[in-house]
Amino acid sequence: MSDAVLSLQDVTLSLRGNAGLVEILHGITLDVTRGETLGLVGPSGSGKSSLLMIMGGLERASTGQVHALGHDLTTMGEDALARFRRDHMGVVFQSFHLIPTMTALENVATPLELAGDRRAFDRARAMLDKVGLAARADHYPAQMSGGEQQRVALARALAPEPDILLADEPTGNLDGANGAAIVDLLFGLSRAHDATLVLVTHAPDLAARCDRVVHLDDGRIASTELRAAE
Amino acid sequence: MSLGTSARFARRELRGGLRGFRIFLACLALGVAAIAGVGSVRSAIQTGLEDQGAVLLGGDAMAEFTYRFATEEERAWMQATASAVSEVTDFRSMATVTRDGTTERGLTQVKSVDTAYPLLGEMVLDPPIPLAEALTDHGAVMAPILADRLALQPGDSFRLGTRAFTLRATIAVEPDDAGDGFGLGPRTIVRTADLQGSGLLSEGSLFETEYRMLLPPGTDLDTVRADALERFEDKGLSWRDARNGAPGIARFVDQLGSFLVLVGLSGLAVGGIGVSAAVRAYLSRKTSVIATLRTLGATRNTIFQTYFIQIGVLSLVGIALGLILGALVPLLFAPLIAGALPVPTVFTLYPGALGEAALYGVLTALLFTLWPLARAEEVRAATLFRDALDSARLLPAWRYVLATLVLVALLVGSATLFAGRPGLTLWIAGGIAGALLVLLGAAWAIRWIARIATPVSRGRPAWRWALGAIGGPRESAGSVVLSLGLGLTVLASIGQIDGNLQSAIQRDLPEVAPSYFFVDIQKDQMPGYLERLENDPAVSRIDSAPMLRGIITRINGQPATEAVGEHWVLRGDRGVTYSETAGARTTVTAGAWWPEGYSGPPQVSFAAEEAQEMGLQLGDTLTVNILGRDITATITSFREVDFSTAGIGFVMTMNPAALQAAPHTFISTVYAEEAAEAKILRDLAGQYPNITAIRVRDAIDRVSELLDGIGTAVRWGAAATLLTGFLVLIGAAAAGEGPRTYEAAVLKTLGATRARILQSFALRSALLGGAAGAVALGAGIAGAWAVMTFVMETDFAVIWPSAIGIVTGGVLATLLAGLGFAWRPLAARPAGVLRARE
Repeated sequence: MSDAVLSLQDVTLSLRGNAGLVEILHGITLDVTRGETLGLVGPSGSGKSSLLMIMGGLERASTGQVHALGHDLTTMGEDALARFRRDHMGVVFQSFHLIPTMTALENVATPLELAGDRRAFDRARAMLDKVGLAARADHYPAQMSGGEQQRVALARALAPEPDILLADEPTGNLDGANGAAIVDLLFGLSRAHDATLVLVTHAPDLAARCDRVVHLDDGRIASTELRAAE
Repeated sequence: MSLGTSARFARRELRGGLRGFRIFLACLALGVAAIAGVGSVRSAIQTGLEDQGAVLLGGDAMAEFTYRFATEEERAWMQATASAVSEVTDFRSMATVTRDGTTERGLTQVKSVDTAYPLLGEMVLDPPIPLAEALTDHGAVMAPILADRLALQPGDSFRLGTRAFTLRATIAVEPDDAGDGFGLGPRTIVRTADLQGSGLLSEGSLFETEYRMLLPPGTDLDTVRADALERFEDKGLSWRDARNGAPGIARFVDQLGSFLVLVGLSGLAVGGIGVSAAVRAYLSRKTSVIATLRTLGATRNTIFQTYFIQIGVLSLVGIALGLILGALVPLLFAPLIAGALPVPTVFTLYPGALGEAALYGVLTALLFTLWPLARAEEVRAATLFRDALDSARLLPAWRYVLATLVLVALLVGSATLFAGRPGLTLWIAGGIAGALLVLLGAAWAIRWIARIATPVSRGRPAWRWALGAIGGPRESAGSVVLSLGLGLTVLASIGQIDGNLQSAIQRDLPEVAPSYFFVDIQKDQMPGYLERLENDPAVSRIDSAPMLRGIITRINGQPATEAVGEHWVLRGDRGVTYSETAGARTTVTAGAWWPEGYSGPPQVSFAAEEAQEMGLQLGDTLTVNILGRDITATITSFREVDFSTAGIGFVMTMNPAALQAAPHTFISTVYAEEAAEAKILRDLAGQYPNITAIRVRDAIDRVSELLDGIGTAVRWGAAATLLTGFLVLIGAAAAGEGPRTYEAAVLKTLGATRARILQSFALRSALLGGAAGAVALGAGIAGAWAVMTFVMETDFAVIWPSAIGIVTGGVLATLLAGLGFAWRPLAARPAGVLRARE
């Protein structure tokens, strides 16, 4: 556990839906080490995204323990979790989740501002440059294509140089060419920043680029596949 | 595609229920209810006045004379025409009580009556004794407030002029009280016969005589009226009959009612903004449905009709709710309203008032929903997954622009027709339109400033998010600034006008106004009167003038109103004086004053401003009936008369020879230090008991009270407008809850705490509210300045407490609405919100 950046012990998740209580995850135990790239794969409804949300403190585990960088996320309050994410995590979503009332530059600068970084906008601009969107800095999300929006989301997640980068099907809403470009950026930039990357995907070629792939089925870990040796 | 197809589509869509239309319905219902309510109460009072017209008048008809009793010929005509006649005189006097060497005085409006009074209605006294019993043997009854002021109990004595009376009871109900109009003092009633020798009804004193008549059943009022006027109008007879028993109150209620309906219309305009926002939001949600329908072959017309029918049905529901509310609330509160009003009321359903409100509701709904509906038809099939409404062009098709102009004309035209005051209606309509344009510009400017300021606020995330949200593409800054701004503009204007009027009357007027008006000073009393005052160092100025009253009956030989139309100078009798010279304080603006000692044909100097309003020229002749005698004088000069200082101001001044022979008294104003006022009154009233003193400060207080009442009614009207604005605000806040929940979820994901997010939400609400309040204040001050400068023709100063209240109110209202809808976004777990968007 000492090397683990993320450590989950016997985590379960139950959510109350219209049809009653639904068991999403069953006894997940998993460690992710520093600098590792981990792929979470599995059929729809297998619990991949929910597991990622629990790792990010966006969802609270029903039982079990979740540690990130030595902090017990299950005992932290909502605001403490927010501060933890601000300081240590970046999240990329399938639907980008950019704030529609902010320009690309402002979206990227937001986590830096939250951290009190005086150079927030300079760093944000530099990050936008890295993802090839310096020219679109003052554009609102609605004025950009899906690929561009995802690049902004990626820049936003990586701008604070997080220890952990969580990505939930980052290419799910993109065409092949745009998807490939995003994947290259995702892996390239996370490595450049020495970030631990946890990636939820349906795409086998994307999973194949990870150091380790965890297969989920019906809320359980079905198998684990090590790729680093290949 | 046919209208039937559109109707079927509309019905299917309406199956979704009224979700998202609660504010739409509330805005429309509240606006219509306010107008229907005001209209119903106005109708209730008008019907009450009509029903009780004869009681308020004190008879079926009334002949009125100024300064004199009826002649034998006039009495004979009345006796022959009526089945019963009652003679009543009305004048101001001082009721005095001497107790333990000190004398208390109170101004009173005296009604002296004969034994036939009251012909109609019942006088209720406390203790409950018959009026005839109370008035026998120099008895009197008076209003409780005056009895309290003078510490009089039944059985105590007091004086009117030189005559002593015994108070027998206080007045609980005076049946013809409302018909008597505005009086400066509380009522005292005595027998006319008991005033003989009191000096109060001597020749030249200021009094009015009313002859109330009961007419035989079946008498045609028009015929009797025409007969009376033909015989005696030239002799100064004024006629009133039961069809309009209290003309002053009827006119006041009509004017105030019309004004409140117009204020209600501004409320409906605010509601219209909410209605428009709700329709835009609804159609925005329906973009994909519309695009799908277009894909399946629906024409633009079908789309327009489909949504027009839906919005039309919902509008009718809102209007119906408003009508039910506007009709029921006055009925439910009828006992309370009737108890608070000094006039009779008849509460029932008034279809006319409801119809007027419904018409305004329909026109407003059409006006504010037409453009959003017109944009719906512009959604193309190809834009199925794009935000087509946001990218629509600025103006809809020309036919909708034309229809909008027609609707505006219809709305203003209807308001003018119903209010019956084109000038006032156009002023208010112009004011609302102007305020809307200013607020529209302000909303644009606020968003622009927010966009400019966003980079400056970098490093302060809460500020930047707030400014970004206001200036960004999706914020409802427009409807918030428009709705709250218009509501606050109305309130700010009324606050500033009311404050300036009150300040002019209560603070500025006493500085320039005299301390006392003394009336009914006999000519032989003038030397002693002046001697007492001229030797008093506390007295800074004394103005005196002979005082007569007369009615202008003819201008250039033609009946006056036929010659120059309606004007307040021609309504009833006016003060007339005479003077040898123009005097040092008089400015002659045209013509020349008569030479000293002039004794030729009568000449008159007329007030310049009123002459201009009436279209009078030098050389015109005026026939003025004074004490039953016609005097025809030629206008030889115009002069400035300032009625705003409450000093002596006569519309007409004649050469002395024209009037000197007529019996008359003098009027005098005294400007003295406040501390010396009581002693002056004591000395003069003690020496000359027939003189009536009117303390100007008391009169100002009485006018202030009246203004307060009007101000309260108008503020209630404005409150309805503001409430509608607040509803629109809640609507905007509710509509923004979804986007804010999402924004909060993303911000939490990025590391923002709830306190920081709440701070940003509060900031954007406060900024918008403050901006709306500031703009409303500017517009309200501009409007109030225009009214005070051009309508009231007086000075204007910003009333800061009211102004600060408006801006603070704006901030608080938006904060309240915004934060009320902040809890769910703050409480929502990011995962659930973000998952729902995937």
